[in-house]
Amino acid sequence: MVAKQQVKTPKKSAIKTSFSDKVISVVTYIIYAIFAFVCVYPFYYIIINSISANNLSERGKVLLYPMEIHFKNYANVMNIPGLLDAAQMSVMRTVVGTILTVMIAAFLGYMFTRDTLWKRKFWYRFVTVTMYINAGIIPWFLTMKLLGMTNNFWGYIFPMIIQPFYIVLCKTYVESVPRELQEAAEIDGAGTLMVFFRIMLPVIKPILATIAVFAAVNQWNSFQDTLLLMSDQKLYTLQFVLYQYINQASSLKALVSNNTSSTAMMASLAHAATATSIRMTVTVIVVLPIMCVYPFFQRFFTKGIMIGAVKG
Amino acid sequence: MQRKLSERKLRSYKEFLYILPFLIIVALFSYFPLYGWIYAFHDYRPPFPITSETWVGLKWFATIVNNPVRLENILRVLRNTFAMSGISLLFSWFPMVFAVFLNEIQCKPFKKFVQTVTTLPNFISWVLVYALAFSLFSTTGAVNSLLTELGLIDKPIAFLKSSEHIWFKMWLWLTWKNAGWAAIMYLAAISGIDDQMIEAAKVDGATRMQIIWHITIPSLLPTYFVIVMLNLANFLSNGMEQYFVFQNAFNQDYIEVLDLYVYNMSISGTGMYPLSTAISILKSIVSVVLLFVTNTVSKLVRGEGFI
Repeated sequence: MVAKQQVKTPKKSAIKTSFSDKVISVVTYIIYAIFAFVCVYPFYYIIINSISANNLSERGKVLLYPMEIHFKNYANVMNIPGLLDAAQMSVMRTVVGTILTVMIAAFLGYMFTRDTLWKRKFWYRFVTVTMYINAGIIPWFLTMKLLGMTNNFWGYIFPMIIQPFYIVLCKTYVESVPRELQEAAEIDGAGTLMVFFRIMLPVIKPILATIAVFAAVNQWNSFQDTLLLMSDQKLYTLQFVLYQYINQASSLKALVSNNTSSTAMMASLAHAATATSIRMTVTVIVVLPIMCVYPFFQRFFTKGIMIGAVKG
Repeated sequence: MQRKLSERKLRSYKEFLYILPFLIIVALFSYFPLYGWIYAFHDYRPPFPITSETWVGLKWFATIVNNPVRLENILRVLRNTFAMSGISLLFSWFPMVFAVFLNEIQCKPFKKFVQTVTTLPNFISWVLVYALAFSLFSTTGAVNSLLTELGLIDKPIAFLKSSEHIWFKMWLWLTWKNAGWAAIMYLAAISGIDDQMIEAAKVDGATRMQIIWHITIPSLLPTYFVIVMLNLANFLSNGMEQYFVFQNAFNQDYIEVLDLYVYNMSISGTGMYPLSTAISILKSIVSVVLLFVTNTVSKLVRGEGFI
């Protein structure tokens, strides 16, 4: 009887759908289509422009679909000195930074669940309170200088690898793992580190994947640390180089045409590098890794904010 | 028994040694910079080190108020900070409403698509946002070209190189980047609402708007409350990255928020280090006070804080 009623109710409510409800439906669809368009179009716009005729893209004529498709722009930007180095630097800091951040979050998250740890609660507070500590730009910069982090690759890594929030996430996750699992291993004679590497790491993989995705995006997107700490061009990252290109694209154009003078002579107006073409092509190169990775990792992102919401 | 106890003790010290290197990193990179606050009390002129002779006490704090030009600057920057944070706070309900109506969409693939693409901008940096903004809104960008073609304007509008509506424009970019992401939390909360309640309302003849207004929104208010409190706690800290990339000579007077002001001041010369540190200290004090106040309010209202 009860089951029957439950099956019936949706039908009943379907009949009740009034005219005003339908209007609301249609309006919602239209509004969300506009939202989606506004979010997607900028990305689409730079991509089609980076492969369209440069004399058209320069005047903003390529709006809906690529015109006179060519890939010369990508060959051109490869000739910009420093761009490949910057890409390498971005990849390196992302890889090194992500691995260390994740491993440290896992290890500390695990250690802070151990009752045997000396003054566990105090040290846990010691680490998590730093979430709310901000000394300010100049004190921070002067300290980094003192620690030798300026113009040093490790300046990208050390200030970022201990993230209290990730440690909290790991700790919560480890706490949800049955205690018996650790105890059984310890009775068999496994030490603290052995339990961590052999038992815990494999078990907490799901949360580590989420953290890894966040840490990687953070590292890839990071811009401020280059601005504050690095003056050596060799250490510039893609984000920083892109920022420079937006502000000085005209001098950049001269750079590219000098470098490829022989080809530039032969290149038609549609293929010769312009400030706009360079800017857009570099933008595509910087944004592409995120766009490629994003669809596959979206579920991790979503999971991340859910756990965060429960904790927060 | 005695041996077992000391063994346990030994183990607890050993475990502490494992985490010690990381604690040292935390101390060096998070706590040690606080020592730099000392520069605010000295007449610090790099590369000369600070000594007891350079001690000036609260001189730099006093100049903030005593120097009329500086005071005017600070007030201007505070106005911008309050405006930007105020607008954000005023429209902080937007992600919630976004989530509520997104949830009303019956077509699952469309819903999923909208959710995916509106979340994407959250994962690109402000530099990239500015690169996109430049491509679309510069004088030779897509928007100006389209408007000219349609005959709506004679000469291009300088969207980026002007201070017109800059506070609102900054809010728009912030929303473009964050709204989809912020909505996920509300969507999770919505999926936690008891279906029976909604069914019961439907049986009683409630329209969709009535269900939204009387069931969905009230169930989301606790989450919304936390977001508002967090916004209030961060009222002075809008961060500098967004405003740094969007700033130019035309909009500087209206875009410079406190964090950006501190940065701009410090790059204008090393002589400004003490003053900028002094402002950082004042900001930190206000932020901590705000954090405790909002946390207390949250405890009173919800029974639990968010720290």
